[in-house]
Amino acid sequence: MHTTAERMGRALVLVVGSVALASCNEGPLSPKGPIGQAEKTILFDATAIMLAVVIPVIVLTLVFAWWFRAGNKRALYLPDWEYSGRIEMIVWSIPALIVLFLGGMAWISSHDLDPPAALRSHNKPLEIQVVSMDWKWLFIYPDQSIAAVNELTVPVATPIHFRLTSSSVMNSFFIPQLGSQIYTMAGMVTQVNLQADEEGTYPGRSVQFSGDGFSDMKFDVHAVSDASFQQWVTAAKANGASLDATGYDALVKPSQADAPHTFSNVESRLFDRAVMATMNAEGH
Amino acid sequence: MALLGKLTWDAIPFDQPIVMGTSVVIAVAIVGLVLLITVKRWWSYLWNEWLTSVDHKRIGVMYVILALVMLVRGFADAIMMRMQLALAAGGAQGYLPPEHYDQIFSAHGTIMIFFVAMPFVIGLMNFAVPLQLGIRDVAFPVLNNVSLWLTAAGVLLVNLSLFVGEFARTGWLAYPPLSEIAYSPGVGVDYYLWSLQISGLGTLLSGINLTTTILKMRAPGMKYSRMPVFCWTALASNLLIVAAFPILTATFAMLLLDRYCGFHFFTNEAGGNPMMYINLIWIWGHPEVYILILPAFGVFSEVVATFSGKPLFGYRSMVMATMAICVLSFVVWLHHFFTMGASANVNAFFGVATMIIAVPTGVKIFNWLFTMYGGRIRFTVPMYWTIGFIVTFVIGGMTGVLMAVPPADFVLHNSLFLIAHFHNTAIGGVVFGVLAGYTYWFPKAFGFTLNERLGKLIFWCWFLGFYLAFMPLYALGLMGATRRMQHYSELSWKPWMMVALCGAVLIFLGIALTVVQLIVSIRQRNRHRDRTGDIWAARTLEWSIPSPPPAWNFARLPLVDSTDAFWVAKQRANEGAQTPADAYTAVHLPRNNPTGIFLAFFAVIFGFAMIWHIWWLAAIGIVGALSVFLMQAWRPEEETEISAEEIAAYEQRTARGAT
Repeated sequence: MHTTAERMGRALVLVVGSVALASCNEGPLSPKGPIGQAEKTILFDATAIMLAVVIPVIVLTLVFAWWFRAGNKRALYLPDWEYSGRIEMIVWSIPALIVLFLGGMAWISSHDLDPPAALRSHNKPLEIQVVSMDWKWLFIYPDQSIAAVNELTVPVATPIHFRLTSSSVMNSFFIPQLGSQIYTMAGMVTQVNLQADEEGTYPGRSVQFSGDGFSDMKFDVHAVSDASFQQWVTAAKANGASLDATGYDALVKPSQADAPHTFSNVESRLFDRAVMATMNAEGH
Repeated sequence: MALLGKLTWDAIPFDQPIVMGTSVVIAVAIVGLVLLITVKRWWSYLWNEWLTSVDHKRIGVMYVILALVMLVRGFADAIMMRMQLALAAGGAQGYLPPEHYDQIFSAHGTIMIFFVAMPFVIGLMNFAVPLQLGIRDVAFPVLNNVSLWLTAAGVLLVNLSLFVGEFARTGWLAYPPLSEIAYSPGVGVDYYLWSLQISGLGTLLSGINLTTTILKMRAPGMKYSRMPVFCWTALASNLLIVAAFPILTATFAMLLLDRYCGFHFFTNEAGGNPMMYINLIWIWGHPEVYILILPAFGVFSEVVATFSGKPLFGYRSMVMATMAICVLSFVVWLHHFFTMGASANVNAFFGVATMIIAVPTGVKIFNWLFTMYGGRIRFTVPMYWTIGFIVTFVIGGMTGVLMAVPPADFVLHNSLFLIAHFHNTAIGGVVFGVLAGYTYWFPKAFGFTLNERLGKLIFWCWFLGFYLAFMPLYALGLMGATRRMQHYSELSWKPWMMVALCGAVLIFLGIALTVVQLIVSIRQRNRHRDRTGDIWAARTLEWSIPSPPPAWNFARLPLVDSTDAFWVAKQRANEGAQTPADAYTAVHLPRNNPTGIFLAFFAVIFGFAMIWHIWWLAAIGIVGALSVFLMQAWRPEEETEISAEEIAAYEQRTARGAT
């Protein structure tokens, strides 16, 4: 009994470990913030719980198939055995118990990690408004009156409150190492709260197919110190072209693989205008 | 308005060598086939015995042939995608530009689900359900033929899009607003919509037909509690078809109104709501998953009991589990878009509901295990598929339950992890299931077995090929790789993509060997004849009649007083019990009927005309289809009678040992 358990434990570590090793670069398994970290924990816990049943089932399948092969004269043959109340009870109970457990986990974590829920922090959250366009990302910093295309710069250890919409088709905003993705939809606003705890550059992209330029619809996230962030803001205010409604209408036209660039003097309420734009448009 | 609507010479992609090359090969193959049939004078045989046949067995076989042919097409798309992704790393763009690549992944999904998995599963149900129920045909034999041909009409339209125009570039579910006219002005989405509307009608009719058959037409004494488990899963599957396909048809109808008549159901503007489409399509889409997998579960249940030489363990549990899945499949659709921004309560509800489906599914796995326990397992090809299925499917089930936890889905949704998950269940479950069923019932359909050695080789190609092709996708998903990328910058992903390509090549070998196996088995048919009708020492009624069965299936309708009716009958015969045999009576069978093929002809014309906005031709299509329908409705009674003497003579000629 002891050795089987030990062997099973070792197999479990091996499987989980190899997957982890394989994926320790830029995916959700190397999180850099609290949301991503919590989600990674869920991935591992849920997988471990299920492997505790899945591995024995696979082993039993192979063992039963082998032992009860027609050529094995030592195996017992029960040609009429088709029911056992006790076994039935067990086969309904095992998956039911696991689901009870995982269901509880799903319920609690859905509430804990609800994307619009604000993160607990001493730092004041940074507001960023996101507009997905064909095929680029526009990030507006309303409090700083600046904006950036295909590049997202955020201070570390500060909660970021994203409000998102789309100027055309649906996309999904996702930074694998920070966690939780969320759809962007025209005429609607979704929210997600994320945070980067370590300085670094993390890839972000659209993960909802949106047409021919989809593959290049990605951006780098620069998580930087507070001081560097302030420097970046100052630079953006000084150097970028300004972005008003007319500029927005030019920017929104389809284009692919745009190089990252910033805007200064971003017209206030540009995001709200973007949300209302498609709703107010005439049908054709 | 032009006479041919939007259709011009520009619709033919002369500038695309891959498409034109494929067109030429397919054209040559079709011309060659037509010539062969003409030279060999097979036309009248083909027309009378197959194309217009209303015999459920032959319709089942034709469905399966359709599925196998489309498997080749769907797989060609798959391996093109795998090659593209093995090449397009770093700065490379691969060999497929986005506008072509996007069509390929959309076509792959559409074809594999609607024109491979569906016809294969429906074909097996058509063939086996009436035989297992101990009856002579389905409830509506002509309608059955119509269903087949409407499916074939959809197949024809989808394939036409390869050479005339383009296919959708939207993904296999054509989410708006991308699929709306504003963002997809071409004919691709229209090809998608019309081919699925037409074939979807066929599927719905087939669902009504088989549901009615199972509910109303069982052999005397076959109570619900005595039905073979495959019939139970077929019942669940067809109930789901009847309940879910009208939703698909209505959803597509709304999108068609948006595209053709300027409506705003799902547009961004004027109060349209694209998310409504996404809800509706998955209210169909999730039951669809179970429409496919439940009959596969049924096949495994038959196979594992037969080759373990034991009754299925926990029959009542299996039935309850099947029906539980049938009902629950309607309350989980939202798990396909947890990331839409619904409230935590909504996400949590659908997450938990999804997990609950794992309970009856888990019960099934355990019951198959305990069916093997205490058995005398014969390792035939169907049994290989079954064991391969159990081992593979539990992994797919696990990753599915994992993604049912909403926050886990927040990081896995739309990643290659998701792609790996549903291929894990679709290949490890549905494909393994239908190939097990194909091998299992082949001798019943044709009177000889498929080559065993090649069958095992095919299994290993698919089994290992699946792991090689999709385990890397799990890993890639965890590295942040997304579905539907045409290229990517991360060079570290490339080795994994290469391994996945190797897996696809191995699966290709499996598909190629399936063709070889068919040819070899036909050539060796005299060596592998099934003269007993019961080649697997099986348990259910289809094995109590000759292989292949006569048009009337059962000379006398069997009297059923237990589950595994044929097994029990064999036991009694072995004990020397004499069953008094009634005299044979004449049987009335419906005659051939060309309604289906003519309806499909006009349906293709209508669909094609609508796609290209050729309104006068669409009118011809509609009027034509309506006329065919009316002619069928007012036809004189068309039945043939098979006399009692003829049946008696046939029975004597095919006299078998056991019964």
